[in-house]
Amino acid sequence: MRIEIDPAGRESPWWVTIAAVVLAFGLVAVFIFFTGKDPSVVFAKMLGGAFGTTFGLTETLVKAIPLMLCGLGVSLAYRIQVWNIGAEGQFLVGAIAATAVTIYLPWLPGWATLPVMVIAGLVAGGIWGLFTALPKVWFNVNELIISLMLNYIGVLGLNYVVFGPWRDPKGMNFPGTPPFTDAQSLPVFGDSRLHFGLILALLAVVLVAVFVKSTRWGYELRLIGANPEAARHAGINLPRHIVVVMLLSGGLAGLAGMAEVSGVAHKLMYGISPGYGYTAIIVAWIARLNPFGIVVSSVLFGGLIVGGYSVQTIGLPSSISSLLQGAVLFFLIAGSILGKVRIRWN
Amino acid sequence: MELISQLLAVAIAAGTPLLFATLGGILTERSGIIQLGTEGLMLMGAVTAAMAFLATHNLLLSLVMVIVVTGVLGALHAFLTVTLRANQIVSGLAMTLFGGGLSAYLGKTITGMPLPGAVPKVDLAFLDGVPVVGPILGHLDVFTWGSLVLVVALHLYLNHTSWGLHLRAVGDNPATADVMGIRVQAFRYGCVIIGAMLMGLGGANLLMVFSPTWIEGMTAGRGWIAVALIIFARWNPVYALGAAYFFGLLDTLGFRFQLAGSSIPSYFLKMIPYIITIAVLILVGWRTKNKLSGSPQALGVPYIREQRF
Repeated sequence: MRIEIDPAGRESPWWVTIAAVVLAFGLVAVFIFFTGKDPSVVFAKMLGGAFGTTFGLTETLVKAIPLMLCGLGVSLAYRIQVWNIGAEGQFLVGAIAATAVTIYLPWLPGWATLPVMVIAGLVAGGIWGLFTALPKVWFNVNELIISLMLNYIGVLGLNYVVFGPWRDPKGMNFPGTPPFTDAQSLPVFGDSRLHFGLILALLAVVLVAVFVKSTRWGYELRLIGANPEAARHAGINLPRHIVVVMLLSGGLAGLAGMAEVSGVAHKLMYGISPGYGYTAIIVAWIARLNPFGIVVSSVLFGGLIVGGYSVQTIGLPSSISSLLQGAVLFFLIAGSILGKVRIRWN
Repeated sequence: MELISQLLAVAIAAGTPLLFATLGGILTERSGIIQLGTEGLMLMGAVTAAMAFLATHNLLLSLVMVIVVTGVLGALHAFLTVTLRANQIVSGLAMTLFGGGLSAYLGKTITGMPLPGAVPKVDLAFLDGVPVVGPILGHLDVFTWGSLVLVVALHLYLNHTSWGLHLRAVGDNPATADVMGIRVQAFRYGCVIIGAMLMGLGGANLLMVFSPTWIEGMTAGRGWIAVALIIFARWNPVYALGAAYFFGLLDTLGFRFQLAGSSIPSYFLKMIPYIITIAVLILVGWRTKNKLSGSPQALGVPYIREQRF
């Protein structure tokens, strides 16, 4: 018997994803055990906090919205092997730009405010994406590092406006802008916190799915993803695709930032993102870049964030959820080998 | 004179953690494996050092712990990328997320606790008479001397030993190296593990010398800057020395400006290292366009013996 690894093998079977999540929880359970807590209690607390009550469930969906949009954005880039890890920064500049509309254009008529804010978020995120794409296509600069440096610049930019010029003078020194008016806030469902951004995110999912599946552009993206060199020889304009994809990738993350300030926080404030842009990387990866898979994985990880908050009540840090995220990713890539293993009986 | 000597001291203090991490990255990438988990490994190194030192008050023992912990994490990356041939970029990202989460989790109880005792300095008082560099060289701490020794050792290893040539063959053309009887996988494992240890030491250095209190996410992107410095230094340990000190200087420049009463908001000054990183990468990319960047030829490509050609 011989075990061989065939690099051109199929995708790993679907249950690998579930196994990866289960194993990651198992690994984290070990850490929890060693810090003297009962893992089953902790996980029950997380699960109950995220999905057990109506409030928890809506909170999970509220957190799933930015994850869905950012995850969708990075999945587009990963599709053509552009490693955009800058969704966090793109999210933040989208949030800043949408807030800038409320600060500098308060005279806009009510019906125009939200569309202008959406456009501002999309454009700002897209431009932030271009800052990554253009150096890559012009000077062959590593997009990972640039997109990450732009995240730090985005955070500092956010801190500057909320601690500095945009700080609410009536806000008791709280680092945030004045609250948005009703015309500047996305409508919510009933009297919950779940907002219209969910519709935007689902719409984006369907659009991306349709475009990737049934247009020439989507076909070319899939071709580049399968083999960039072959695609180049087939006459596909790789740099143009990189620029367009990063524009969209950043734009979707920027839209997520707009939805977060306008739909949830109703103001721009310090620490507006608990790392949505980084979690989005795993959201996209665990869904294997499939748009509809991203809907599922973003709800799962939205639940993980909410569950992470609820374990704080029993004295555990919420960083337990980022620990889980890293572990899931490890098991997932280790599991991806399973589609490539061949066992020969001769 | 006074100013130059002060700036040099600052550049060395802030640049040494970067230097450790960059050297680790250079060693790893010279074997052909990309390691993007630097940020996570530095954080794990820092939190391990903090916890071990608070518990034992023993510097050497703490550093051994750092080496063990980050070595294990390095072995994990090596197993995923060398044996399983998983995507190196994703594995590195997982390492950064995992290291960031685990260090925050472990360090929760010691957040903000100042470390007792300082890192010993190597006193060479007879150098005090030498202008400019004398007062600095005479009072460097053990980390700095360790990093300087490492630069020389790595330079000699890569360029003047047969093992170093073997390593370069592994990174440039693993198939040929394999035919020559060089154990490709063993070299890659070794380099990834030792590289991860150096990154962990960089984190420990940052914690013990530069800002001696554990805070969640205290590396603030330095791991990623170290990844950029590898490219800036053209995979050369001696260039890495200059690159790391230059960025160390930038790191503290914002702080200096503020002390000097500058009216620029501190948020913009803190952006300087990140902006310069981008600018430098663009500059390097522009200058090496259509030329060799000095990158190992087989960087990021898994080696599959059954498929060599």
